[in-house]
Amino acid sequence: MSLIEVEGLAVHYGGIRAVKGIDLRVEEGEVVCLIGANGAGKTSSMRALAGLLPAAAGTIRYAGTDITALPVHLRARRGISMVPEGRGVFPRLTVAENLRMGAYFRTDSAGIAADLERVYGLFPRLRERRAQTGGTLSGGEQQMLAIARALMSRPRLLLLDEPSMGLAPLAVQTIFETIRLIAAQGMTLLLIEQNARLALESSSRGYVLEGGRIVHQDDSTALLASPKVRAAYLGA
Amino acid sequence: MDVLLQQLVNGLILGSLYALVALGYTMVYGILELINFAHGEIVMLGALVSVTVLGVLVAAGVPVPLALLLALAAAVLVCMATGVLVERIAYRPLRNAPRLAPLITAIGVSIVLQNLAMILWGRQYLSFPPVLAPQVYAWHGASVSNVQLLIVAVAALTMGTLLLLVQRTRLGRAMRATAQNREVAGLMGVDVNRVIAATFAVGSALAAVAGLLIASYYGIAHYNMGFLLGLKAFSAAVLGGIGNIPGALLGGLLLGVIESLGAGYIGDLTGGFLGSHYQDIFAFFILILVLIFRPSGLLGERVADRA
Repeated sequence: MSLIEVEGLAVHYGGIRAVKGIDLRVEEGEVVCLIGANGAGKTSSMRALAGLLPAAAGTIRYAGTDITALPVHLRARRGISMVPEGRGVFPRLTVAENLRMGAYFRTDSAGIAADLERVYGLFPRLRERRAQTGGTLSGGEQQMLAIARALMSRPRLLLLDEPSMGLAPLAVQTIFETIRLIAAQGMTLLLIEQNARLALESSSRGYVLEGGRIVHQDDSTALLASPKVRAAYLGA
Repeated sequence: MDVLLQQLVNGLILGSLYALVALGYTMVYGILELINFAHGEIVMLGALVSVTVLGVLVAAGVPVPLALLLALAAAVLVCMATGVLVERIAYRPLRNAPRLAPLITAIGVSIVLQNLAMILWGRQYLSFPPVLAPQVYAWHGASVSNVQLLIVAVAALTMGTLLLLVQRTRLGRAMRATAQNREVAGLMGVDVNRVIAATFAVGSALAAVAGLLIASYYGIAHYNMGFLLGLKAFSAAVLGGIGNIPGALLGGLLLGVIESLGAGYIGDLTGGFLGSHYQDIFAFFILILVLIFRPSGLLGERVADRA
């Protein structure tokens, strides 16, 4: 049984049919990426998985139950955590408060304290800046904070929307090293990336979206080698 | 008697009441970007309910401190229920509507609540039962009464509790997170609708406290008292920077002081042409000045592009 399984998902956004019926699944422990041009429907698909956009058609099954109509906060409480495009750091909460928001629905204070140590270990920069407000961080630090905050909920499925967007090359490198580390620890990941090469190199499987439909799907190594994908998305 | 000191004292007392009401405006604006014009009517309800309950209890021989507490509890309950109900019925369905729709709805709710109060309590002024024996203290040429001191103490205690709630509790963090990014708050597992309802409940509880205090300050309550009061408290919130909680405190106190000083000196300033009953013009004069020269308010940072 897949951790998340989508059938015939359609999503309308801003009066257009952004996603026109896609099927996809992510197995427990897998890292899967969605690639495609701007406006291909990647973000709309992911937002529908998290519950930020309603499904116009189709079903979303998560851990064996149909969650198509479940509101966003209840999906979060069941273990679906999303780092949105643009990071979504709370600008006037401190770094520590942002992280506590990640553990908002948890009640195991010992576990929360342990996880806080874990994410500070993963991102030592955040520990240094824990008393600063989120809005004063650099883009790379905000992305670290957004990922760390998502981890504070102990997700079963982590959705990452464009983690490299707007970051300096060095920061992108740091973020992706951490993403690979998190994946190596067994986290199930669905990743959207504008930078298709980076996405395919960090994942085991990939889906290629075009005009709201899935046009290719394969192992990431196969997609990296595919002449079509290379021509359209890898600039080679 | 020292006019300046006396007007400062009066201004701070009045200002602490404005601040209590302004907090309700600013909290709702912070989380929904909605100017809840019905908030003044919630204060009015708090005043009428507390005066009525207090009158009944005192007449029945309940000891005064207990009667005051019960009257406050009744006002808080009625106001919280009304505030939450108004949000649920009138504002939530318009959450994603153009900004003008909920604003007009808020004015409509305000008219409905006023008329409801007029039907229930009539058009006459209700007087605050004379339960507190006034005792006046002289202080450097200014006078202040025990009732006034009690008003300031209760207002300060209430505002302190609110600050603790917002800064130190889980609900407070959820409120701030929801105000800063509603969508991401949802991703954190926050039930945004419940947090918004809680914000209305807390703001309305403050309004209930303000209603009782204002009724005791002026000695009367009236179905129509919420309108001007609401406008002034809204002006105070804008003065401090709407959406900003310390701003509401500062704006309320400043407005109270400005109004009192204005009332004390307006006769001299205009050569007797305008008397102290023109004190209400100051709130709106200040509002206009703020909107022209510093639209984001004294402590506001980010309102200019939104309001």
